[in-house]
Amino acid sequence: MASEAQSSAPDNLPLVLIHRIPPFELSFKSWLPTRFRLLDPLDPSFSSPQTQSLVSSVRLLLCLGPSPLTSDILDRFPSVQCVVGSSAGLDHVDLATCCRRGITVTNAGDAFSADAADFAVALLIDVLRRVSAGDRFIRAGSWPAKGQYPLGSKLGGKRVGIIGLGSIGSMIAKRLEPFGCIIAYNSRRKKPNVSFPHYENVMDLATNSDALILCCALTNETHHMINKDVMTALGKEGVIINVGRGALIDEKELVRFLVKGDIGGAGLDVYEEEPEVPRELFELDNVVLSPHRAVATPEAFVALQEVVIANIEAFFANKPLPSQIELE
Amino acid sequence: MDAIGVLMVCPMSPYLEQELESRFKLFRFWNFPQKKEFLKVNSSSIRAVVGTAIAGADADLIESLPSLEIVANFSVGLDKVDLVKCKDKGIRVTNTPDVLTEDVADLAIGLILMTLRRVCECDRYVRSGLWKKGDFKLTTKFSGKSVGIIGLGRIGLAIAKRAEAFGCPISYYSRSQKLDSKYKYFPSVIELASNCAILVVACPLTDETHHIINRKVIDALGPKGVLINIGRGPHVDEPELVSALIEGRLGGAGLDVFEHEPEVPEQLFGLDNVVLTPHVASATVETRKAMADLVIGNLEAHFSKKPLLTPVV
Repeated sequence: MASEAQSSAPDNLPLVLIHRIPPFELSFKSWLPTRFRLLDPLDPSFSSPQTQSLVSSVRLLLCLGPSPLTSDILDRFPSVQCVVGSSAGLDHVDLATCCRRGITVTNAGDAFSADAADFAVALLIDVLRRVSAGDRFIRAGSWPAKGQYPLGSKLGGKRVGIIGLGSIGSMIAKRLEPFGCIIAYNSRRKKPNVSFPHYENVMDLATNSDALILCCALTNETHHMINKDVMTALGKEGVIINVGRGALIDEKELVRFLVKGDIGGAGLDVYEEEPEVPRELFELDNVVLSPHRAVATPEAFVALQEVVIANIEAFFANKPLPSQIELE
Repeated sequence: MDAIGVLMVCPMSPYLEQELESRFKLFRFWNFPQKKEFLKVNSSSIRAVVGTAIAGADADLIESLPSLEIVANFSVGLDKVDLVKCKDKGIRVTNTPDVLTEDVADLAIGLILMTLRRVCECDRYVRSGLWKKGDFKLTTKFSGKSVGIIGLGRIGLAIAKRAEAFGCPISYYSRSQKLDSKYKYFPSVIELASNCAILVVACPLTDETHHIINRKVIDALGPKGVLINIGRGPHVDEPELVSALIEGRLGGAGLDVFEHEPEVPEQLFGLDNVVLTPHVASATVETRKAMADLVIGNLEAHFSKKPLLTPVV
């Protein structure tokens, strides 16, 4: 077995190929254990014959952040058997190629789930109760002048449809139950041991919801799943919260619906062309905008580092990987 | 009942105005700039007062209304009603408990989340175009942080129930320990503040709880601590709070109430670690209707000599 070759001798440390786009550095050298030998294509020594001979046998690739991992890049490393991801969503990785080559893939597991769920709940409360707009109202000095501030909408009794009941979606459901929200969900398959009503398709869920929360993976099937028809079904008072990926929503349609008042409001952490955000939204008080920060807490990054290291170690020890994702 | 005079002290709910007008002889106090003249002419016909959290029935108003029988307040807190005087004069007092509990607890959790996760600042960052120049900073996790609650009444318990779903350990301070509570009790606010990351004020405003959040409590909460006030502005020594926030002796604050509403200290306007809302903890369409129905129900019960729905005095 390969593990023979990975004795603790310094020259025979397990090889980890780093894949990153230049700005996404994540100071990985400071937290990855020295018991791995890191091969970084952005390092000047990478092209040396000595390093290249190691690259030809590297079995594990660590993909940092949202760095696109295309089939072209994967083809350069035919010996790679495992891609360790460091985000919850892996829409930047060519999963079809991984599947074809039999490469196992891992994601951030539960590292980000609690923070993402917290942020989704924050956005929902903010939109329904008009908190950020209220904060603007006060800071603009409008309270003494205008007096009464428009009423918000109560969380209790609201029907909340969660799209994607994975680790994040389940935590959102758990948090919203004590608020008196009525939970239902949509996912590819009905979850065993889950008592919330399951809807086979998003249209039916939208028709029966006051708010939709998006926290599913972005795939070919889920791209633009929130389209004109779904927003029409959600209705004039309906609210959309997105902590998944921008392209889950047809953003042009969303802007049109919000500007015309054809849906009630939106809380968005992600967008189709980040960091570009449609300017039409900047004028709206029923919209809360956040710069893709749903998971950005120091605690989440420490948890992520632990998950990444655990996956790398499990791979080299031929043990089951803690956060391996299912490839179809 | 349309001959019974009901005095509404300030605008609070168009729905309530409409419903009162269809049943009673409604006086809108804010439409009469000459208060003394108005009272001279109408005081004998006014048998009920409807007040709010901002303006209720103080001793002067009560004295000037000789026919007053009931104060049916459109709020749960009665710090703007002179309860002692009402009791002395046999005037009944009602509030609107329970119907607003959930909304207030929801906003308390919202303010915690938004203060820790800097949601308002995130929104400003995007709207001002700063995102294109670089990523927003990291923020603080909420799930699992310790939450201390001052006042474990209906609202305090509702906050605790919600915070538990975020995996937060709960502790509380109240005048006496609640023997049926599973939460950790601290016999003083200082001890509670020293032992929690997030301190929430959820008690009634009384002489004892006035400025219950003072400099010592703020310092015990510390530079990483966050204060949430969904109670009343005078619970907090506001100048002390402002200087602690400016000097970085307190980590942040989520405030729905202020000492001199609608005035808010302008020094807070420039701070990113505070979230400010204009006293809206119970301000939802659903809850304001339920509160209005309760005010009407109390007045109708009183004038048809039935038991009051939510009597306090």
